[in-house]
Amino acid sequence: MKIKTLNLALVASMAWGTAASAQTEIQWWHAFTGRLGELLDAQVALFNSNQSDYKVVATHKGNYSETLNAGIAAFRAGEQPHLLQVFEVGTATMMAATGAIKPVYEVMQASGLEFDPNAYIPAVTGYYTNADGQMLSFPYNSSTQVLYVNRDKLAEAGIDPDVDLSTWEAWDGVLTQLKDAGVTCPYTTSWQSWVHLESFSAYHDVPFATKENGFGGFDTELVFNGPLQVAHIDQLGKWAQDGKFIYAGRRNEAGANFRGGECALFTESSAGYAGVKAEAQFAFDIRHLPYWDSVEAAPQNTIIGGASVWIMEGKPAEEYAGVAAFLNFLSSSEVQAKWHQDTGYLPITTAAGELTKSQGFYDANPGTEIAGLQMTRNTPTENSKGLRLGSFDQVRTIIDEELEGVWSGQKTAQAALDSAVERGNQLLRRFEQANR
Amino acid sequence: MEKRVIFKGWMLPALLLLPQIVITAIFFFYPAGQAIWQSMFVPDPFGLKTQFVGLGNFEYLLGDPYYRASFVTTAIFSSLVTVVSMGVALYLAILADRLIKGSGTYRTLLIWPYAVAPAVAGVLWMFMFNTRVGVVAWYLGLLGYDWNHVLNEAEAMGLVVVASSWGRISYNFLFFLAGLQAIPRSVIEAAAIDGAKFWTRFRTIVWPLLSPTTFFLLVVNVVYAFFETFGVIHTITAGGPQQATTILVYKVYSDGFVGQDLGSSAAQSVILLVLVGLLTVIQFKFIERRVHY
Repeated sequence: MKIKTLNLALVASMAWGTAASAQTEIQWWHAFTGRLGELLDAQVALFNSNQSDYKVVATHKGNYSETLNAGIAAFRAGEQPHLLQVFEVGTATMMAATGAIKPVYEVMQASGLEFDPNAYIPAVTGYYTNADGQMLSFPYNSSTQVLYVNRDKLAEAGIDPDVDLSTWEAWDGVLTQLKDAGVTCPYTTSWQSWVHLESFSAYHDVPFATKENGFGGFDTELVFNGPLQVAHIDQLGKWAQDGKFIYAGRRNEAGANFRGGECALFTESSAGYAGVKAEAQFAFDIRHLPYWDSVEAAPQNTIIGGASVWIMEGKPAEEYAGVAAFLNFLSSSEVQAKWHQDTGYLPITTAAGELTKSQGFYDANPGTEIAGLQMTRNTPTENSKGLRLGSFDQVRTIIDEELEGVWSGQKTAQAALDSAVERGNQLLRRFEQANR
Repeated sequence: MEKRVIFKGWMLPALLLLPQIVITAIFFFYPAGQAIWQSMFVPDPFGLKTQFVGLGNFEYLLGDPYYRASFVTTAIFSSLVTVVSMGVALYLAILADRLIKGSGTYRTLLIWPYAVAPAVAGVLWMFMFNTRVGVVAWYLGLLGYDWNHVLNEAEAMGLVVVASSWGRISYNFLFFLAGLQAIPRSVIEAAAIDGAKFWTRFRTIVWPLLSPTTFFLLVVNVVYAFFETFGVIHTITAGGPQQATTILVYKVYSDGFVGQDLGSSAAQSVILLVLVGLLTVIQFKFIERRVHY
């Protein structure tokens, strides 16, 4: 018995000894696999080799939803990581969790490291700031919607590949020509709610929800069934009925159809660039997301998608210094510029964008600057700063369900959007109740 | 003709039952109790604050027409999965039972799909029927049929039913084959000598003697269709198009893990618990009467 106790004490002291002499470990849970996972690991490795005080340990925890759930479960068990990557639709959930998260600006201030909020691009960081403009979470990977054009397909159909597609008004004629030329998929889209309702509303400066799209409080209500959104969805529904718009699925299933050369036009995240470039066996170009020219406020700016990194509460102060050092490293122009160029995600600082430009990347890869320009063309308004809605992942599912009713011709655009608003509002009230 | 074994004291039977009771208590009663407890609260996802709402979660759910519609979807889906997987399995078992040569190979091949996990089976079927790159969808296109389960509700339902039934056929096949082989040959031969044709023999001898197996499989398959088909739905349709394939258990998942609404999710688990309990009671009360042991 005595020997056993002694052994235990020995083991314990040894464990203590190694922990004390080693670097402080910073745990980071993320949702990236494949190429993005490799690039993320490369960033971590660079940070770890650049200094010896801290060691960031990045762990893949499944897709975005799974990573969020893993973080929540871990917090409930007191085993949370320091950093958690959460997709943009989980922002309200995280922000409401006072006591589970530490705002980025607080950690940066406490660290004493240089942190200039003005260095960041407001249209990108705005999604993740509080009402006072202070940064709550770190915008790690942000993208926005752009239009991909299969130039060969247009040419085959006897259309000038440089045809004007900048406004939706110009589209009907082009789609009809494509359809008449026998193209099976004139137009398709990924992330229908994100492109055609969320960003659409911001781009045309109309509200998606009340209370500044939810920034003003949890008592927000969805209002995306306004006349403009209804007219747009109605037009898409007509195109779907005519076989001019092909619906492939709720997420980015349509990407395969476009990259395979079946579809002529495709609206998708700017982060889809790497995939299109790698796989497309045809000439393509990237253009601004179209807008309705008849709307005076358009084009405002589109909104972002992607994910941000949240700092979790409940760790010793010295470890937060390591977190701050890591976020500082991620914000540096070199790291940001490389990330932007490798992935197609937006640079989060103005300096990183300028560095990319001076390196000649935009000249060598035409179209990659579009996303950044589209985001920064105007100062974001109440309607275009972003969205902050509870249970938003599920609200998107409701929107998907209702839009499918429009594409299949079972529902009118007005009925579908009214129903989506009503059902979504129920979820918002549940969220409000849970976070009272 | 029930057999009863009477123990003298109560100590030994209690001791023999203990392991089972402990396991049941830890793995079934405790979680079920937790679910019932949680169903009366609206908590935030991180467990930082929670509010008692009594039966509020149930009120919220049962007042939602989409949740009520999910019962109908579940009923259609479960019935189809049960009928398809049992019907095909019985047919194959009858054929295998009559085989003389190569029956071993035939049986082994039929059992294979059971080893495939539901989620993997889901991905497999999804790729075959993918509206753009799927092999089957492509051939259907050549035949002039435009397969589109992404928007067509009936096709989506058909696809998830087939994908869910496929692996299950193997399991049912095993039981049906064993059941068929347990029927004494002499009885069937006697009937054959009396001039009964295959169909008459099946109706009057095989089917009644097979009824305990059929009944067992009915109960097990209904439970399977209710709970274990999640992987297939998740990979193929994610509940869509619209809500065509949103079965109750998928809704538990999407409210709990996508919406982080743990109160509603717990209340739905309780409703499912009661529902399946009721179904099993009904099955034992009414259908078992027709079973000949």
